[in-house]
Amino acid sequence: MSIFDEELQQLKEKILKMGSMVEDAIRNSVLSLVERDNTLAVNVIDNDRVVNTLDVEIDEGAIRLIALRQPKASDLRFITMAMKITTDLERMGDLAVNIAERALELNEEPILKPYIDIPRMRTIAQRMTRDALDAFVRKDKQLAMDVIIRDDEVDDLKHDVLQELAFFMVQDPTTVTRAMKVSFVAQYLERIADHATNIAEMVIYLVEGKIIRHMIPPAEKK
Amino acid sequence: MAESVELEVKGLDFHYAGNIHALKKINLTVYKNTVTALIGPSGCGKTTLLRCFNRMHDLYPNNRYEGEILFQNQNVLEKRIDLIKLRSRVGMVFQKPTPFPMSIFDNIAYGLKLKGISKRSELSEKVERALKHSALWDEVKDKLNASAYELSGGQQQRLVIARALAVNPEVLLFDEPTSALDPISTAKIEELTETLKKEVTIVIVTHNMQQAARISDWTGFLMLGELIEYDRTDKIFTAPSEKLTEDYVTGRFG
Repeated sequence: MSIFDEELQQLKEKILKMGSMVEDAIRNSVLSLVERDNTLAVNVIDNDRVVNTLDVEIDEGAIRLIALRQPKASDLRFITMAMKITTDLERMGDLAVNIAERALELNEEPILKPYIDIPRMRTIAQRMTRDALDAFVRKDKQLAMDVIIRDDEVDDLKHDVLQELAFFMVQDPTTVTRAMKVSFVAQYLERIADHATNIAEMVIYLVEGKIIRHMIPPAEKK
Repeated sequence: MAESVELEVKGLDFHYAGNIHALKKINLTVYKNTVTALIGPSGCGKTTLLRCFNRMHDLYPNNRYEGEILFQNQNVLEKRIDLIKLRSRVGMVFQKPTPFPMSIFDNIAYGLKLKGISKRSELSEKVERALKHSALWDEVKDKLNASAYELSGGQQQRLVIARALAVNPEVLLFDEPTSALDPISTAKIEELTETLKKEVTIVIVTHNMQQAARISDWTGFLMLGELIEYDRTDKIFTAPSEKLTEDYVTGRFG
């Protein structure tokens, strides 16, 4: 393996590390809400510093490779996409922190209702994140397409959650503060799934050299 | 952008004397007022192809062309073509600067005199214009009678370009024009291609892939005498279609 290949490998490993930390953050932030476990929430908030550090390290590494190695073709696509992917991962980490913060607030108050769709959203969003990164590492176009399609499920679930919460708020105004916070959580999870979709779209570019962002008509996605 | 065709290579085969099959069924279109780069490993045929455009191979006996290179609807490979005229319309700049052992002025006036221009004022005017086009004028305007050998390598190369430009060519062929130059002179020549292509069509052979990426609009990748891929330069360097091209531009050859 050439030195350049090793450097690319190191970059890839850092992205995977960042990805798995973000995955943990997504899972634990929602668990901290569902199981009313403040320790988990605090951990998510603390660990975000490491995610941010990795974000900076990956960008610096990528810029260095561009300057020193003048990457071309698939190498160039890999390195530039690595930089974009970390931006999405970093935002996903921030959203997990937001979920953890809402969890800490909600855990102080009586439970509004059992959480059913929120954990479902979490499972799908987390799985999308993992699959998007797997697709990135394996250059697996099919898996990436699969992630893009699953984004709709999360959107539908969010829609259901918001409708249900609106019903609570109308019926009993004392639930408004809590219901709003839960609806924020649903919103954050939906955003996380969007970022996973972005990553999947970058995988398509990585594999095919074709930017499909803003191009897939809704009909084709269904 | 609608691009008009300058040169069209159709099914070109080339054999060097001794039956070495150096180019195999090349098809390629060079567009007017663009820079086309030919890249590929040593011995791939890129220089051989470049030298077909103005029939440089005819300087040696028993080389054989088959197929066509259309230049304004005329096949330049036809036997009866006037090679002197062809080479003034399709000029060439080599790897090492090749100034003539005479003054800066005479280097450029030489080709003009061959074309029958003898009036001093007309010569002066055309020499000045050529030197301005090749971005050398400001550096040599006060020493036009000095020997061309007093110039630096980079200046000599621009002098040679001016000499080629003086006879109003339509196409300029560059055979690794900067491989003997330092980075600053290289940058000057590269910048020059950008302005020159407004008036002439440029085909350049280069070993320096970064250079091809920087200055060309179209890139052809050759290997073992075959044109593996020919496409817009940004496509070749970001997402080539052929695995061989990918391996070559990413440095994972063989």
